[in-house]
Amino acid sequence: MPVNATLATYSDWMYNSAVGVYLLATFLYVYEQAFGRAPVKAKERDLVVAGGTGDQWKPGLVVPTKPERSRAERFGRMAVALTLLGVLFHVAALVLRGVATGRAPWGNMYEYGALLTLAAVVTFVVLMRSFPIRRLGGFVLVPVVILMFLGGTALYAPAAPVQPALQSYWLVIHVSVISISTGMLLVPGVASLLYLVKAANDRKPEKFAKFAGRLPSADTLDRLAYRSTVLAFPLFTIGIMFGAIWAEAAWGRFWGWDPKETVAFVSWVVYAAYLHARATAGWRGANAAWINTVGFLLTVFNLFFINLVTTGLHSYAGVG
Amino acid sequence: MKNALAFLRNTWRGLTAMRTALTLLFLLALGALPGALLPQRSLNSLKVDEFITDNGWWGRLLDKGGFYAVYGSFWFSAIYVLLFVSLVGCLLPRLWEYFSQMRAKPVLTPRNLARMPHHAEAHTDRAVDDVITAARARLKGWRTVEREEADGARTISAERGYLRETGNLVFHFALLGLLVAFALGKMFGYEGQVIVQATGKQFCNSGVFNFDSFRPGLRVDGTQLTPFCVRVNDFHATYLHNGQAESFLANIDYQSGEDLDTGTWKPYPLEVNHPLRTAGDRLYLLGHGYTPKFTVTFPNGATRSAEVQWRPVDPITLLSEGATKFDPPQITDSEERRKNQLAVTGLLAPSAVFDGTLMSSNFPEARKPAVAVDVFRGDLGTDSGRGQSIFSIDQSMVDKGRLAKVARQNLEVGQEIKLDDGTVIRFDGVTDWVSLQVSHDPAQVYVLVFSMLMVAGLGVSLAIRRRRVWVRAVPQQDGRTFIEVGGLARTDQAGYGGEFTGLSRDLLSAEQDKES
Repeated sequence: MPVNATLATYSDWMYNSAVGVYLLATFLYVYEQAFGRAPVKAKERDLVVAGGTGDQWKPGLVVPTKPERSRAERFGRMAVALTLLGVLFHVAALVLRGVATGRAPWGNMYEYGALLTLAAVVTFVVLMRSFPIRRLGGFVLVPVVILMFLGGTALYAPAAPVQPALQSYWLVIHVSVISISTGMLLVPGVASLLYLVKAANDRKPEKFAKFAGRLPSADTLDRLAYRSTVLAFPLFTIGIMFGAIWAEAAWGRFWGWDPKETVAFVSWVVYAAYLHARATAGWRGANAAWINTVGFLLTVFNLFFINLVTTGLHSYAGVG
Repeated sequence: MKNALAFLRNTWRGLTAMRTALTLLFLLALGALPGALLPQRSLNSLKVDEFITDNGWWGRLLDKGGFYAVYGSFWFSAIYVLLFVSLVGCLLPRLWEYFSQMRAKPVLTPRNLARMPHHAEAHTDRAVDDVITAARARLKGWRTVEREEADGARTISAERGYLRETGNLVFHFALLGLLVAFALGKMFGYEGQVIVQATGKQFCNSGVFNFDSFRPGLRVDGTQLTPFCVRVNDFHATYLHNGQAESFLANIDYQSGEDLDTGTWKPYPLEVNHPLRTAGDRLYLLGHGYTPKFTVTFPNGATRSAEVQWRPVDPITLLSEGATKFDPPQITDSEERRKNQLAVTGLLAPSAVFDGTLMSSNFPEARKPAVAVDVFRGDLGTDSGRGQSIFSIDQSMVDKGRLAKVARQNLEVGQEIKLDDGTVIRFDGVTDWVSLQVSHDPAQVYVLVFSMLMVAGLGVSLAIRRRRVWVRAVPQQDGRTFIEVGGLARTDQAGYGGEFTGLSRDLLSAEQDKES
C-alpha cells in the first residue's frame, strides 16, 4: 500500500499544532492554578453536594448573581477551550495518518504515543464535567506535552506500512484498546500523585504549604483517581486479553512471558491491588494512592524501557 | 493438639485476610518483574549464558536462585500457590454470604437518617399512606421492605445493586478457572519447531524425532502426538524498498484425520497471523531463510549435491551462515573416508555486494545470491559419536589438525572452486526454507472462556454500586407529613450523590408533580 505523502505531511502539521495548543493551554491552566483564588470553600461545598439535595432545593436560598470573573478564571476557561481545540488537531493528525498509510494509525511508537495522549486528554476533559478539577489541567497536560514532544522528535517514524506480524485486524483492536486504556490511566496517576501531596499537607500544614492549598480536596482527588481507574482498568484487562488472542495467532502461544507481557501483567496486578486496597480498611487513602502511582510508573516504564531497551517480540517501536 | 489446631486456624485466618492477599499480590508483581529485566532461558538461552559469563559470581548466584527461569522457580510458584489458597479462602465464605444475602431483606431503617452520608427531608400536606405509595412506585426495581414504626410512622428500606457481588464472584471464580486451565495447558500441551525445505519437502507430526526442537508439557512423553502431515510447496516474501518485510506466504498442502488414510492433500496458504488449525493442533509459519545448493565433482568423476539450510545472522539483510558437509563417494574404508570428508562453510548473502573481496548483503531478497566460503577437508567428526551443529563445523577437529582449510573463495551462482586434488565445488544457487512450529494446548479454549467471564464479571462489579435508600414518613400533629430520605452506598460513595439527588427530589416532591 503506497503512502500518501501529502496527507502524511498534513498529519505531522496537525500533530505539531496540537502540541503547540496544548502547551499554550498548559500555561493558562498553570496561571489559574498559581494566581487564581484558592478553593478555600471546597470542603464546605463538597459537603453540601454530598448532603444530597443541592442548593437549589433549600427554600428561601437566594442565588447570588455571578461575580465578575477574575483574570485567572478567564484564563482557566480559555485553557479549556484551547484543550478542546488541541483535541481537534490531535484527532485530525491521527485520522490523516491513518488515511495516508491506509491502515490503523497505531503501528509504531510515535503513533501509539499519539493515541495514548489523546486518550489521556479526552479522559480528563470528560471527567472535568463531573469533578471540580479544571485547575489540574496543567498537571495532566504537562506529561501529555512531554510524551508528545518525545514522540514527535526521538520516536518519530515516517508514515509507512507495517511488518507482516502486525498486519492483522488485531492491530486495530488490541493496540487501540491498550493505548487508550494506558492513556486513561495517566489521569489517575496524576490524581494520585497530587493526592499524596494534598494528604501530606493535610497531615502537616507546613508541607507543600503554598502548593497544596490550591489543590482540590484530598477526597475529590481520591474519587477522581478511583473513578478514572475504574473506567480504565476493565479496558486494560480487555486489551491484555485481546493481546493474548492475537499472540495465539501470531506467535504460537497466548502467553509467553515476553517482557512486554510480563510488565503488563505486573501493572495489571498492581492496579488490581489498588482496587482491593481502596476497599480494605487501613489501606485506603495514602497507601492506595501510592499503589496507583506505582501502577502509573510501571505503565510508563513499560512504554519506554521495554520498547527501547530490552528486546522482545514487542520491539516494534520503529526507532533505531 | 489444641495448640496445633489454634495454629492452623490462625494461619488460615492470616492467609485469607485481605492484607495478606494484598501483600501476596505485591510479591507476585515484584516476583514477575525479573522475568522482564533478566534474560530468560525459555526465551533466549544463549543470552542467559552470555549474561552469566559477563557477571561472574552473582550471575551464577542468580542462576541458583532460578532468576533465569522465573516463572518456573520455586519462589514464584510459592507466591502464586499461596495467593491461590488465599483467594479460595476469601471466596468460599463470600459465596455462602452471597447466597444468604440473596434471600435477606433490606435492613431496618435507621432511627436517625440525618446521619447518613446522603440525606434530605421535607414537609408535605400528603397523607403518610400516599407518600409511601408514591415512594413504592418510584422505588420500582429496588428490593424493598415496608415497615411500620411505633409512632405511626411508615418506612421503606430499599436496596439494589446486588449484581455487584455477583460480578465480583464471577470475576474471582473465573480467575481461579483461568489459572487451572493455564496449568492444564502447561501439563498437556507441547510445542515443536522444525525447518522444512520449501521445495515440496514434507514434515509429519508423528514423533518427537521429526522436530528440530521440542518442548513438551509435564505430562507429555511425545508418543501420542496428533498425526498430521504437511508438504511445503513454495515460499514467497515481499519487501519494501528499505528491506522491511511486507508479507510472508508459504503454500502448503496438509493431511490430517481421514485424509491420512486416503492420501488426500488439502492446500492451505500459510501466513504470519494465519496459522493452520487442524486436528486440534496449530501450525505456524515462524521464519524463513535460504538453503544454498552445492554440487561437488570428485576427482573420480562422481558428483554429489547437497541442500542444507543456513541460518540468518542478520535479520534485516538475511546474511546467513552455515556449513554444508559431504562424504566422499565410493570409499568403503571408514578410515579413508574420514580423511577425505569435505565441508563448505561460511556466509551466504541473498543480495551480495562486495567491498574488495569482503562480501555483505544489502537486501533480504535473493536478488543476487553469493557465498563467501572456506572449504575444509579431513575428518568432520560426524562419526565421532558426538552431536554437532548442522550450521557449523566442529572447531575442535580443526584445532587437532584433523580438519584443514584447503580453499577460501567468493562464489556467485554457477561459479566453481577447484581444489588441489582436482575436486570441483560449484555453487548452484539458493532455495527457501521455512521454520514451522506445531503447538498443542488442549486447554486454551477454556482459558479464553474464563478470561471472557473475568472481563464480564469485572465490568459488572465495577460499574454497579450496591446502595441503600430509606424513606420514612412521619405523621405530624398539624396533619401534615414529615418525609425523610437517607442514602448509603455500601462499597463506594463516589457517584451515588447524583442518583440520590434525583431520587430524593422525586420522593420528596411527588406531590407537586401530581398537582402540576
